[in-house]
Amino acid sequence: MNTARILIVEDEANIRRFVGIALQDEGFQVFEADSVKRALIHAASRQPDLVIVDLGLPDGDGKQLISELRGWLAVPILVLSARDREEEKVAALDAGADDYLTKPFGVPELLARIRAQLRRHGQTGSVAATSKVAFGEIEVDLATHEVWRKGQPVHLTPIEYRLLCAMVRGQSRVLTHRQLLLEVWGLDYVDRAHYLRVHMAHLRQKLEEDPAQPQYFITELQVGYRLMGL
Amino acid sequence: MPALNDARPDPDALLARVQQEEQAALRGKLRIYFGSNAGVGKTCAMLEAAQREVAQGRDVLAGVVETHGRTETAERLHGLEQLPRAHRLHGEFALTEFDLDAALLRHPAVVLVDELAHSNIPGSRHPKRWQDVEELLSAGIDVWTTLNVQHLESLNDLVSGIIGIRVRETVPDHVFDNAHEVVVVDLPPDDLLQRLKDGKVYLGPAAARASQHFFRKGNLLALRELALRRTADRVDTQMRVYRREQSIKTLWPARERLLVGVAGDAGDERLVREAARLAQKLEADWIVVHVASAQGRGARRYLSAIKTLALASEFGADTATLPGMDVAQALVACAREHNANRLVLGHHPRQAWRFWHQSVSDRISHHHPQIDQIVMAHGVVPDRPLIVEKPAPVPGRALAYGWASLACFAASAVAALLLQVFDLANVVMLFLLTVVLVALRYGRGPGVWAAMLAVLCFDFFFVQPRYSFTVTDTQYFFTFALMLGIALITGQLTARLRHEARTAAARERRATSLARLARDLSAALTVEQISEVALRTFSGVFEARVGLALPDAADGVHSVGAGGLPMDDSIAQWTYDHGHAAGHGTDTLSAAKGCYLPLKAPMRVRGVLVLELAQSERLNDPQERRLLEACMSQLAIALERVHFVEVAQNTLVQMEGEKMRNTLLAAISHDLRTPLTTLIGAADTALPHAPPGPLRELLHGIHEQATSMQRLIENLLDMARMQERGVRLNRQWHSLEEIVGSALRQLREPLARHQVHTSLDTRLPLVDVDALLIERVLVNLLDNAAKYTPPGTTISVAAHATSDSIVLMVSDTGPGRAPANLFEPFARGQQESSVTGIGLGLALAKRIVEAHGGRIEANPGRTCGMHFIITLPAGTPPSMESL
Repeated sequence: MNTARILIVEDEANIRRFVGIALQDEGFQVFEADSVKRALIHAASRQPDLVIVDLGLPDGDGKQLISELRGWLAVPILVLSARDREEEKVAALDAGADDYLTKPFGVPELLARIRAQLRRHGQTGSVAATSKVAFGEIEVDLATHEVWRKGQPVHLTPIEYRLLCAMVRGQSRVLTHRQLLLEVWGLDYVDRAHYLRVHMAHLRQKLEEDPAQPQYFITELQVGYRLMGL
Repeated sequence: MPALNDARPDPDALLARVQQEEQAALRGKLRIYFGSNAGVGKTCAMLEAAQREVAQGRDVLAGVVETHGRTETAERLHGLEQLPRAHRLHGEFALTEFDLDAALLRHPAVVLVDELAHSNIPGSRHPKRWQDVEELLSAGIDVWTTLNVQHLESLNDLVSGIIGIRVRETVPDHVFDNAHEVVVVDLPPDDLLQRLKDGKVYLGPAAARASQHFFRKGNLLALRELALRRTADRVDTQMRVYRREQSIKTLWPARERLLVGVAGDAGDERLVREAARLAQKLEADWIVVHVASAQGRGARRYLSAIKTLALASEFGADTATLPGMDVAQALVACAREHNANRLVLGHHPRQAWRFWHQSVSDRISHHHPQIDQIVMAHGVVPDRPLIVEKPAPVPGRALAYGWASLACFAASAVAALLLQVFDLANVVMLFLLTVVLVALRYGRGPGVWAAMLAVLCFDFFFVQPRYSFTVTDTQYFFTFALMLGIALITGQLTARLRHEARTAAARERRATSLARLARDLSAALTVEQISEVALRTFSGVFEARVGLALPDAADGVHSVGAGGLPMDDSIAQWTYDHGHAAGHGTDTLSAAKGCYLPLKAPMRVRGVLVLELAQSERLNDPQERRLLEACMSQLAIALERVHFVEVAQNTLVQMEGEKMRNTLLAAISHDLRTPLTTLIGAADTALPHAPPGPLRELLHGIHEQATSMQRLIENLLDMARMQERGVRLNRQWHSLEEIVGSALRQLREPLARHQVHTSLDTRLPLVDVDALLIERVLVNLLDNAAKYTPPGTTISVAAHATSDSIVLMVSDTGPGRAPANLFEPFARGQQESSVTGIGLGLALAKRIVEAHGGRIEANPGRTCGMHFIITLPAGTPPSMESL
């Protein structure tokens, strides 16, 4: 039933192998590439539904590969990167990647991310059918600007509502601070990540059960935010 | 264009004023109680004011107050804190003196120092009390003092002229003029005389003596007028300064500049004093010069002029000596060069016998009528002859005259021989040649002597009648006159040539020694080489014994270089700390043998040069002084250069080290993470394929161990990064809630079997932290809690803000035993526990928190469990301008 095609760009053969096996177990069709050059060839010829990119490649920069792919490929891109390379992740996300995973990662986590991305991509175009969006106990009416939690109306300030909408539009993608600030506040505010943190805290206090252990508005430290549960 | 410029304040002047104000702000303020006479009540006025200040709670210390046995004074001193006097032995007498060091140490807000003009007993740090006061002011202590008008340096002559008594203790005018406040204490002469009669001023027979000599009504009136007038001058100056500061619209006239020429005789000192007063009245800069020519009366005159120049620079003048044969021309050239619009000269009455001689001022007014001249009366004060040490007799001076005489006699002998062949007229030439040679070899004096002697010899030995000074043929008188004239003129010319050659040679010597020093110093790469070059050059050029003291890392100076002069480390230290010259020939510790000079480089003082000159008066010569200063600044710059080379090298080494460490860390982290990723991923992937049973168990084990190894590696890498000096934190204003959330999310698996409870204050402000590192701290604490507490227990995270900090607490309900060295690397609660992981996590947590300026502590709970409390400084979060 699951015939999605996935391209793995990774120079470590062992990692490529186990990821390949895990994905094949899930019924995906897997293509492997170990360099930027091969990745471009595969991406052009195999028409994958999702690309997994390791940022450290022998013949080039993963970020360049992403921005090149983004020129003609609309499918989700998932990035693999080390923990202490936050700027690299932000750059990759800003270049057009949709999500990232920190090495070392667990296979269940990887599979969950892939499914979420594929689901989001598959839905594109159908969101407009209804003006209502729901995740978990939260309901948002994009037409009337109304928000409910557990069926109770929640009052949001205009900024909070714009922020919520931006998150909803991003679906399960990781949105960098820059992307969110640009969308909600505008170009003059892209350096003021603390605005985002304060308003995100308000949003969590209004919509989360326990703001310190959020279910929906997940923090990716030093990188950005992700909406879960959509 | 010029009109535009005129209206604008001179930027240099403004800058100078700003600098003055900056300095003034740091310095203490000087208040002078100024009176015309002893007994007018200056000390009393000062003490009364001090009592008022003390009543208002100000910290006032009576540093030194002379009561002179007067009861009124002693009463007012009562209740003030008094500084004990320093006791010093001087000869057989034990003398007491103001204790400068104790006052500096005590550092009160105000210190009372009576009698500013007092001379300290020999062996004190400064010869004069006003210098002590300067040091107190530099240390930022306010000083109140008293002063009588006759002690002002520039009024010294005037006062001694009025009252007929010369005052030896003087205070430079700049001390008075730069005082923050001058309080005039005035008493009409009749009242003062009454007080004297009542015995309130002097006690016993001293009173009678004083009233006969000093306290005559005429004197008192004159002194009173002087005091009031001098204060009025000061007020006038202040007024003008104020006006200048306040109104920029008023015209800014070009600053006056006076050029003062001193001749090197007894009238100079008075000339300089008068010029100082004039310059102050005109608010003019002034330059005092001496033209050193061969026509002067040699070294004695030169030394006298140099002494006067030193005095002038004490008064605040720029000084210089000019080489030149023609005094008038040299002065005019100097005036043009410095844009001086007035020339101040002493009047030198023409001597009757030198009827042809025009005075310098006459010549200038004749040739350069456009230059204003002020000619001061000569007025040598007879009771104080100019004190000039006799120049050391030039060795061989008498010998030179001997040689000159001998040459003449030898010439006579040769002439006697030649006369057998040649005519007498030709023989005269031989004498002329002798005079020229003598003048060339021995200078002016012997030249003149030889000219006279030659004429006499010629007369005695060769003119009929021979061997007698009588002359029969009157024609020969003409020959004698001509011969003497020619001999004198040629002798003079030759001597001048010789002098100029010598001046040129001296200039050459300066230029070469500077050039050589520059070359040697530029080749020197280490401090040792520099000190070696310095010791060699300075001892050669200045004929002195030289020592060099350089600072160590703790700013303590030590003598360096082999063969250096033995020096007093404490004086060298003082010089280094204060940046002022000390020791011989200076105002500070002048009893010391050597002269201690600070080596001032652009950034700071780089060391101390100690000179023990063979001729100590040599440094009074401005030219020598300038040469010394040039050499010293070269030396200082060389030292600074080496210092910065060292700094640069160290930085480079450090940077290289850091770069390598970073590369190494990056490589290790990549090489360790890749196999771990594979290990964890492969175990995960294999798990669904394995049948339930031992294989599945084994895969679980691999997965678990690899995951805990991963955490260990992260800790190790972080620890290595935190070990570096000057860790750069990526600080931003973060929400603590997000960091806690992120940490809990990372630990979902290990924490799955525990109850996690969070209670974070919703009004928590943002904190300025490196989020990833603080997350690391939480991950470690929570991971520890998960490891060391039984499943099912509660782990809680709480946070609240206090006035200046944010407190984060991680608690568990585990066994809660805390060894003292919990935060040391590789310490754990239990020895050889089955739970994996070395105790690196807590050490890392401590290091991270401390790098943020916070602290972490572990408290065992009352019954069970552990509480880890992290306190982070709160700071001021950025403003959130509303949109």
